[in-house]
Amino acid sequence: MKLGNLFKVAMNALRRNKMRSFLTMLGIIIGVASVITMLAIGQGSKKSIEAQIASMGSNMLFVIPGSMRMGGVQQGTSGSQRLTVADVNAIRTGCDAIIAVSPEVRAGGQAVYSRSNWPTTIYGGNEKYLEIKSWAIVSGRNFTAEEAKGSAKVCLIGRTVADELFGEGTDPTGEMVRFKNIPFRIIGLLKEKGQNSFGQDQDDVLIAPYTTVQKRILAQTYIQSIQMSAKSAEASALAQQQVEAVLRRTHKLRENENNDFEIRSQEELATTMTSVTDILTILLGAIAGISLLVGGIGIMNIMYVSVTERTREIGLRMSIGGRGADILMQFLIESIMLSVFGGLIGILLGFAASKVVGALTSWPITVMWSSVILSFAVCTVIGVFFGWYPARRASELDPIDALRYE
Amino acid sequence: MSAIINISSLKKDYYIGEVTVHALRGIDLQISAGEFVAIMGASGSGKSTMLNIIGCLDKPTSGTYYLDGINVAEMSKNERAAIRNRKIGFVFQAYNLLSRTSALENVELPLMYNPGIKAKERKERALAALEAVGLQERMDHMPNQLSGGQQQRVAIARSLVNDPVVILADEATGNLDTRTSYEIMALLQELNEKGKTIVFVTHEPDIARCGTRNIVFRDGHLIRQEEVSNRLIATETLKALPVEED
Repeated sequence: MKLGNLFKVAMNALRRNKMRSFLTMLGIIIGVASVITMLAIGQGSKKSIEAQIASMGSNMLFVIPGSMRMGGVQQGTSGSQRLTVADVNAIRTGCDAIIAVSPEVRAGGQAVYSRSNWPTTIYGGNEKYLEIKSWAIVSGRNFTAEEAKGSAKVCLIGRTVADELFGEGTDPTGEMVRFKNIPFRIIGLLKEKGQNSFGQDQDDVLIAPYTTVQKRILAQTYIQSIQMSAKSAEASALAQQQVEAVLRRTHKLRENENNDFEIRSQEELATTMTSVTDILTILLGAIAGISLLVGGIGIMNIMYVSVTERTREIGLRMSIGGRGADILMQFLIESIMLSVFGGLIGILLGFAASKVVGALTSWPITVMWSSVILSFAVCTVIGVFFGWYPARRASELDPIDALRYE
Repeated sequence: MSAIINISSLKKDYYIGEVTVHALRGIDLQISAGEFVAIMGASGSGKSTMLNIIGCLDKPTSGTYYLDGINVAEMSKNERAAIRNRKIGFVFQAYNLLSRTSALENVELPLMYNPGIKAKERKERALAALEAVGLQERMDHMPNQLSGGQQQRVAIARSLVNDPVVILADEATGNLDTRTSYEIMALLQELNEKGKTIVFVTHEPDIARCGTRNIVFRDGHLIRQEEVSNRLIATETLKALPVEED
């Protein structure tokens, strides 16, 4: 029989049993829709985490003091005073893969304005600090290099602190705020960043010149960390090596001594975080995939029933000249049609469900074309695979027995 | 006239487990073009096996069978399917029409398995076949909208559509009442008049008398064959039947 006629015959057979065809397709519809939606959700959460990590800084690396031995005793890292401004200068001159470097010091305390007060953290950096940490300024200005070096009593204020001290949505640029009894002039308002991927409010900050925080608030000479930007995401690994070499030199570490500092990169963090969402995506996709498989088994089941039910039709078709191959193709095309139509409807439903989930969660959910193509291909394969055995059975019937079948 | 069907020393054995059933034990049979042959016999006499072999649905164990000059005894499954499609028309006791498929489409069905025939020709030939059985007005009816007799007429139209060398009817009147049975036989006689060769299996001696020749099977042997001397003309028998009041 010609292929066009086979399609017509299959179409008529499916139309004759509308309800059954629909219910059989439903398995595939749900399977495909869930695969597409789950993969879209996985991808969406990955993108949202990537966006959050990107908001932490641009190609950022940072150095924190590491554990070291003191007279045979392994020390903790928090009390370490090993990082200094000299290290920062050495990195600035010694690492060409680093385009910006800033010391970081921080102090917790109460910020006070008029009768309001708010517990927050003041971060000290140099004039490159905002650039490294991907902070943008809504109004006002960044502090200058001179202010950074000259311990000027100026600061930038985060949205949360501004809200708490000055009221929702106000712009406190030009006002004075006291932190640990030191008066700071607010020279700029930071653009809102929102929560980071650990749920921390990134806008609950004041940012001031590091010299000011070091001398006027903490009264210390060391720094807590060094923040850097690599030239590019690709240069991140190279930058890490260069910084390590420079710091080992400035810290006068011998060959056999361990680093007394640790270098972390945003790249690493991103990889760790996205590997979590990748696992999540695989997990969701696998569960959805199983439902697609169950849908396929549903097709197989119905095709078996259909072959048994239509034994006489098969006998008739054979007696008027249908070859085994014609019968095989007829049933195979029927099952492929079921799975492919189901797949198409499933894809549409998957798109709709992804949109709904995207709207509910405000994640940047986009349906991956790869998942559409994949699930469509899987559908066709399912149609052939699960349709093959029932179709094969139909084609091997003996026409005499089939005609006599009650 | 030339023999359309030429069978000699044909045997058919079935193997059911270790038991061998000799369904046909050496049959010699010639049927010429234009004949109207009735095959009779009790259940298990081998008449159905004979019809299946004549219809190329089954293969003989030994012996030769020439259909329209072609040796079909040695043919493969697919070759036999092609022969059935081109040279044979079947009419069954249970009509075997496809449900929820119009009369016209049912009649078109055999031509669907002939790739050489285009959709337009298929429809024309199916219409002509329906016209030959007097059902052209009902071409769009589904089988469940037709009476038993009408359904069997559609089935006969289906058997005619590929212009076969022989029409094989297996208990074609078995499901029908007497009046409708004779109506069907009248139709078959009319087709036979126009030159169609027809072979049919029946239990009923009266129906068998509609044919030109009767063949009787018993225990796998062809025990008797004779020309029908006092042939029944179905149209006349119909007139003689008492008219039932509805």
